[in-house]
Amino acid sequence: MNSKRQNKIAIGALYGIAGLVVLILLALLGYILASGVPQLSWHFLTAPAKAFLKGGGVGVQLFNSFYLLILAMAISFPIALGAAIYLYEYARDNWVTTTIRTAIEILSSLPSVVVGLFGFLFFVVKLRLGFSILSGAFALTFFNLPLLTRSIEDSLRTINLEQREGGLALGLSRWETVTRVILPAAVPSILTGVILSAGRVFGEAAALIYTAGQSAPALNFADWNPFNISSPLNPMRPAETLAVHIWKINSEGIMPDAKAISSGSSAVLIIAILLFNFTARYVGKRLYKRLTSA
Amino acid sequence: MSKEILTTQDLHLYYGEKEALKGINLNFDAKGITALIGPSGCGKSTYLRTLNRMNDLIPNVTITGTITFKGENLYAPNADTVEIRKEIGMVFQQPNPFPFSIYDNVIYGLRIAGEKDKEKLDAVVEKSLRQAAVWDEVKDHLHESALALSGGQQQRVCIARVLAVSPEIILLDEPTSALDPVSSSQIEATLLNLRHDYTIIIVTHNLQQASRIADRTAFFMNGELVEVDQTKNIFMNPAKKQTEDYISGRFG
Repeated sequence: MNSKRQNKIAIGALYGIAGLVVLILLALLGYILASGVPQLSWHFLTAPAKAFLKGGGVGVQLFNSFYLLILAMAISFPIALGAAIYLYEYARDNWVTTTIRTAIEILSSLPSVVVGLFGFLFFVVKLRLGFSILSGAFALTFFNLPLLTRSIEDSLRTINLEQREGGLALGLSRWETVTRVILPAAVPSILTGVILSAGRVFGEAAALIYTAGQSAPALNFADWNPFNISSPLNPMRPAETLAVHIWKINSEGIMPDAKAISSGSSAVLIIAILLFNFTARYVGKRLYKRLTSA
Repeated sequence: MSKEILTTQDLHLYYGEKEALKGINLNFDAKGITALIGPSGCGKSTYLRTLNRMNDLIPNVTITGTITFKGENLYAPNADTVEIRKEIGMVFQQPNPFPFSIYDNVIYGLRIAGEKDKEKLDAVVEKSLRQAAVWDEVKDHLHESALALSGGQQQRVCIARVLAVSPEIILLDEPTSALDPVSSSQIEATLLNLRHDYTIIIVTHNLQQASRIADRTAFFMNGELVEVDQTKNIFMNPAKKQTEDYISGRFG
């Protein structure tokens, strides 16, 4: 077989594989959206769920998902940022950093149900936080921290050594170089990483089942005092998220329209995650453009 | 020539076990341009980077000997690298403007040092860009990204950025090797303008460049300083055979 022919076959095979991946994705998306989108309505997106009757919505779950996401990000982003800056900008390669990196790697490959069970034992039981948004947010932090640290570290890595030297050569301290030169330059890529990880957190169910709980008590959306139990902002209330809701309906849902609610919820989840992904790309590109040319 | 501003005595530098600089003794008078020449890997860039402690960034580097700047040892245990680098600025081979506007690039050092007076900053920007001979080309788009400029313009903005923190010494590490001939000659003209006000030390691979702009030239080989003299003498009448071989292209 001559090399030209070999090349053609290889390219053909690669196209085939790539096409297959896209096809599977499209089929999945198509199925979920086709069966879910007809269920969507304003009522579905805002009404509370019903346990036995038909006509329930996912308003509370949707709110819970976003609230939990914001809390989890608020906790994990500063820690991940600090860890990444330390690992990439300050730490030298020695056994300490090797240990940290290995730990991060193992943590990132931990099955999320294990993270959830750990969260249950530690936050829910030991620290007596109960099934609450706070427990869930901590569990999600465990789940999210290694991925976010990795992605921020990668973002820092994309900034050339010359930029660091340029900052230092101007008489900036190391810290000033990092905060005033490197971080601003890395913002587009960091932001992309954050939004993408937000998508993963948003769709996470297993880590939340035992921490944030599987019940969604009715909320009073007129009460924004975080100390009231029916306030949406109260971090100590149990909070079933959208992803957990899907899991629960499918395993033990007894409402007559369980199938429809499950399809609708799945569609909402997928649409939200797609939105995260597209926003990440768009915002990242825009920011990069703004920074690099006028 | 006026008195010595920077002196190096018996400077050794090791990358791990490997000795890259083998006892350099070299002094610089205030003002004027000194060119460091020599074949690749001879240690001239390494030497240049010891002068503002840029080698501190590289792990596993050991440095012995003394470098004295205005009477103070740069490698004293209590030496402040941040202060040193404000006095001894550096321009690199690859133009490395920050991904911000031209204006922000030039005032970055000052702004972080706490300068807020808008009028003063504006004045510094204009003065530095004029000194770097790039003002006329960029004055109408100061607030556009420096990355949109050509390589030569970027490099001159980088020079302006260093000038803005008013250093005494400017180190340049092959500043034109990534640029086209036209941009290179603009940079050379810029340096010739600056030589009366600053002490300039430039590493260059381009012998013509050294002969065109340098007052003094130092020839490095295999981690040693072979010869340093007035540029004219180095090129017309070198004292060492190695220097003559290198200058005339008979490299042995």
